[in-house]
Amino acid sequence: MERFDVIVIGGGVVGTAVLRSLAAYKAKVLLLEKSSDVATGASRANSGIVHAGYDAETGTKKAYFNVKGAAMFPSLTRELHVPYRMVGSLVAAKEGGLPAIKALYERGVNNGVKVEIIEREKIEALEPNIAPDIKYALYAPEAGVVSPYKLTIAQADHAVVNGAEIRLEEKVVGISESAGGYLVVTDKAEYHASYVVNAAGAGAVEINALLGESTPEMKHAVGDYYILDSKAAGVVNTVVFPLPDEKGKGILVAPTADGNVILGPTSRVVPHDEAEINAVTREGLALVREGVGKLIPKVDMRSVIRVYAGTRTAVGGDFIIEESCKFKNYFMLLGICSPGLTSAPAIGEYVAEKVSAALHLQKKEAMRPLPPRFRLTEASDEDIKAKIALDPSYGRIVCRCEKVTEGEILSAIHSPLPAHTVDAVKRRVRAGMGRCQGGFCRPRVMEILSRELSIPLSEVRLGDKGSEIAPYEVKDGYGKI
Amino acid sequence: MERFDVVIIGGGPAGMAAALGARESGASVAILERDDRLGGILNQCIHNGFGLHYFGEELTGPEYAKRFRDQVTKDGGIKVFLEAMVLSLTEDRLVRAISPTAGLLEIEAGSVVLAMGCRERSAGAIALAGTRPAGIYTAGMAQRLSNIDGYLVGKEVVILGSGDIGLIMARRMTSEGAKVKLVAEIMPFSSGLKRNIVQCLNDYDIPLRYSTTVTRVAGEGRLVGVYVAPVDDKMVPDLSREEYIPCDTLLLSVGLIPENDLLNGSKVEMSRVTSGAVVDEYRQTSVPGVFSAGNVLHVHDLVDNVSEEAFVAGRSAAGFARGELSGGDTVNVLPSQGVRYALPQRIHKGEGKIKIYFRVDKVYQGRTVVVKCGEEVIRKKKTLVMAPGEMQNIEIDASLVTGDVSIYTEE
Repeated sequence: MERFDVIVIGGGVVGTAVLRSLAAYKAKVLLLEKSSDVATGASRANSGIVHAGYDAETGTKKAYFNVKGAAMFPSLTRELHVPYRMVGSLVAAKEGGLPAIKALYERGVNNGVKVEIIEREKIEALEPNIAPDIKYALYAPEAGVVSPYKLTIAQADHAVVNGAEIRLEEKVVGISESAGGYLVVTDKAEYHASYVVNAAGAGAVEINALLGESTPEMKHAVGDYYILDSKAAGVVNTVVFPLPDEKGKGILVAPTADGNVILGPTSRVVPHDEAEINAVTREGLALVREGVGKLIPKVDMRSVIRVYAGTRTAVGGDFIIEESCKFKNYFMLLGICSPGLTSAPAIGEYVAEKVSAALHLQKKEAMRPLPPRFRLTEASDEDIKAKIALDPSYGRIVCRCEKVTEGEILSAIHSPLPAHTVDAVKRRVRAGMGRCQGGFCRPRVMEILSRELSIPLSEVRLGDKGSEIAPYEVKDGYGKI
Repeated sequence: MERFDVVIIGGGPAGMAAALGARESGASVAILERDDRLGGILNQCIHNGFGLHYFGEELTGPEYAKRFRDQVTKDGGIKVFLEAMVLSLTEDRLVRAISPTAGLLEIEAGSVVLAMGCRERSAGAIALAGTRPAGIYTAGMAQRLSNIDGYLVGKEVVILGSGDIGLIMARRMTSEGAKVKLVAEIMPFSSGLKRNIVQCLNDYDIPLRYSTTVTRVAGEGRLVGVYVAPVDDKMVPDLSREEYIPCDTLLLSVGLIPENDLLNGSKVEMSRVTSGAVVDEYRQTSVPGVFSAGNVLHVHDLVDNVSEEAFVAGRSAAGFARGELSGGDTVNVLPSQGVRYALPQRIHKGEGKIKIYFRVDKVYQGRTVVVKCGEEVIRKKKTLVMAPGEMQNIEIDASLVTGDVSIYTEE
């Protein structure tokens, strides 16, 4: 049986942040993820906002980790080569909304966040397309946008580069106390860990239950989103929120870190067994359109290229970030909903400190850096020429909409945490994320995966098991021409 | 830096015909093709029905492509760059491209023919509700997987949209043993060719339901079923009549979009109806020396028309490069009363015949097509049936054109 100092359960943005922070220590660490890739749950399908920190109630864990996490983003994303832009955010209010804006302002000040109340003229300067009846806004210049799945993947890659292990498609089916630690049983193997971190997101309740730990009641809310073509970028410059209500921060309009526009989310409460289904609803999309119309009516819905849904899981009003009282060296990260993405890097550091103190781990002298990915659209002509001269596959465009080369796809397939599905490739290099949504490049990405993984095309999957894309061979001898 | 009289972007049917047109006029010609072979989408269209008009015989897509490819590559007079993707095109016709063999390419062009074809509207673009499992494809993607790669995407199929590729794939998947349970079309008529409805659906007893759409999809790893419902005349589904159809595959054939991304931010005037450039009868755009032909200009239903149109564009592009393309004033061709769009949108006054292509906005029986210049009727043509899925054309005498021309239908 393999033995680890720490096992982290769950490969979302929080689990991988914990793993990366643990990789800074001299320790044997493993992350177990039931899906075919990291960032397949809430970390894939969320708004991708780095919240400034005025929203969470002062004194809460949410406020603490939000503010601490947000401050880490500029250097962290530079170090991990993750798309991030500090675009600022606005909470926009109509006539009569000033008291609510003032309340947010005060909370922001109390939380130590840079905030400002601005009026029509300044709002228009920031957002020329803002709805005509918006009079006041809370402006937080340090809010930003980030690619949430690229951050998760980069944290995972960086952890792996520094000796951490990640095992995908291994579902934890049992945890029990054993020999001063835990026996962690998966559907593939058994492990011993001195310390276990439950970062399983919506599935954290099941993980707790395996051990006999109780979980406060979880509430799952599904949100629908639209993504617009990069051609629509420019319709909005900052993250524009309505005034928050009891359901949350409301339906926003924002640029994405990758140059698209995002609209959403709604908030539809679903039972626990539907928490990971993520189905878009027509009603939800209608609500998004309605909400967007109140903020930036100029948004052109004909430039929609994708709709999706994501689920955020809450337990009460605050994050639960604590070691179990009942089980020593068992750490729980529960209800890490918004601002969970923003908080994740700070949570990772915090948990790693707790774990290292408990296990008396020594810090490594330095972490190995994560090498940058070559990106055709961001490279200079000289770099492109040199890259193609060295490896012609960097001159072969596979995804025409996003200008992704075969070389970039190969590097994703052979990255520290390898991409072995079409969606995993997509999240790393954007092949299939453009306006044709993989209409042309998906078969070619499948061909490359089939070749690199030495599997027949019929076994190439979109994502998890059972998602084979072209499972049958044609019978009549048509085929390669 | 290399220089060619005519640079053609795209080596599908339009690009190849344009190259031949330009070459015949004595121009030096280059084709930039992003795939590793010429032919474009024809290579995956293994069914027959191509070439009836152009060659007077029935060919498969690869056969039709081969006829052109053989001529294009016959004597080495046309330079073909394969796996060459154009990254940008400037107003003074500097073409920047990338390929694994040539690296970054910069080519100076006397004139440019845009022949990039079109793409299929995706599930995202129609905001398909439900989950995001495997099992949802554009019809063309499924066609490529079966006809180029040799793999079938599923066994129990629902098709949304009755575009031609969807109809062709209904028959193709049936011939592979799949069961096509339904073709749902949101409009009260098909955007596909009548002959495809007969030969691909009726002959195989595949049901086609008009004014019906897919309201949502279900399934996590793989699609397990879709919900369909009838729509009202505003295309709003009646969810009280939603019906569940178990299936592992949903093919989308819900429209084709000219792939003009290269023109984003350019000065080429675009049509909001066709999503292609606005052109004159030479297929020249509003930017002198930039021509457009084939599905990147407007979506065709017959490749034969693509070839014809692109040949003209190539010949004209060669004329432009030599400084011999006649200019002069243009007048507008204005569609109205039943005509959704007409192309070319601008024509020159002068000599000879000009063929105007147009599409109607719904199905018409026994209508007359009228072309009028001022108060004068310059051409009239009686028709039996006109459908939006079948492109029409009418020829007019350029010498009769004195001002803006309108084209419409009447009882």
